[in-house]
Amino acid sequence: MSEILTDETKKVLTAPLVNDNPITLQVLGICSALAVTSQMSTSLIMALALTLVTAFSSAAISSIRNHIPGSIRIIVQMTIIASLVIVVDQILKAFAYEISKQLSVFVGLIITNCIVMGRAEAYAMKNPPLESFMDGIGNGLGYSLILIIVAFFRETLGSGKLLGFEIFPLTKDGGWYDPNGLMLLPPSAFFIIGLIIWSVRQWKPNQVEKADFKILSISHGEGGHH
Amino acid sequence: MEAYISLFVKAVFIENLALSFFLGMCTFIAVSKKISTAMGLGVAVMVVQTITVPANNIIYHTLLKEDALSWMGITGVDLSFLALLSCIGMIAALVQILEMILDKFFPALYHALGVFLPLITVNCAILGGSLFMIERDYNFGESVTYGVGSGLGWALAITVMAGVREKLKYSDIPAGLQGLGITFITAGLMSLGFMAFSGIQL
Repeated sequence: MSEILTDETKKVLTAPLVNDNPITLQVLGICSALAVTSQMSTSLIMALALTLVTAFSSAAISSIRNHIPGSIRIIVQMTIIASLVIVVDQILKAFAYEISKQLSVFVGLIITNCIVMGRAEAYAMKNPPLESFMDGIGNGLGYSLILIIVAFFRETLGSGKLLGFEIFPLTKDGGWYDPNGLMLLPPSAFFIIGLIIWSVRQWKPNQVEKADFKILSISHGEGGHH
Repeated sequence: MEAYISLFVKAVFIENLALSFFLGMCTFIAVSKKISTAMGLGVAVMVVQTITVPANNIIYHTLLKEDALSWMGITGVDLSFLALLSCIGMIAALVQILEMILDKFFPALYHALGVFLPLITVNCAILGGSLFMIERDYNFGESVTYGVGSGLGWALAITVMAGVREKLKYSDIPAGLQGLGITFITAGLMSLGFMAFSGIQL
């Protein structure tokens, strides 16, 4: 293990979790992060699919990086990614048909998920296959982390369940919890991601963006009457 | 005719690609800082969407669908698993061709849209539109309507978003929410507004 977990691989594996998270900081791959998170089971499958596709496409692209002509590199990357996504899509259809129906077009949309392309462009084109593979896994995990947090809130608050098991007994079944229907609808995903970004930036103040216009504090004696 | 109008309204408002399916979110968040650029991108998406959805529809129905090759005398072949690859290839190729045509014949338009065209290949709203068309099994007429409608809906959403963000930069926002955070909350509120359309029955 020691020769695999060098400092570089450790760094690329852990940095995307919080410090350089693909969703909250790099603003990549948000589409699917929002759309599949109304249930924990679909989010887990999506997270797994995306992590595997990112890792293997990064490894594949990185191993042929010295042979790809610059002008057609996007189309080459796209073909590799699309082929991997087709494999994932067919496997899901064969072994988890229900889940693949619920995920509908979002498995296919992994192709245009900016995390996969972004990592291929930014990391895999410049680094050897093993590191690229680890970088893919790391970014996939950072994405998975956000997906799982969002899905946790949306499913428990929205339907009182987690992975289909009852957490809060619902009022309609004689329990005490009145489900919050908004949590199952699209807007809640935006709110939860916004709040996650807020909390991460409170914790790591160096990620805070600078305001375009600063509000000047009014010094005493100039501010008029109060 | 009525069915087409209903589908159009549904694609623009009720099933808005950006705000109820979260498609094209990355560009939606990244390019919505100024109204003029947002509008440029919106128009570009609309144009590309209007061309690619019907084009993919033709390809899917004449080549890929189960038994679609029967006009060539080949039966029992189902190539629908290749839909993903052919859709993205089609989109990439069409965007490239569109870029060349605009450059040659409409230089003014090319300069207005130029920067955004390459971005559009990786915009999930475009691929998503084609995949929804396949999943819902639209015929050619419906696919044209859906292409125009969904593109217009996306353009509308990003322009409105840019309008809100232009005003937002003057407001006093908590430090941690500055930038990305408040953008998400705004998008959430807009999505809530668009949900009001979901009660409309046509």
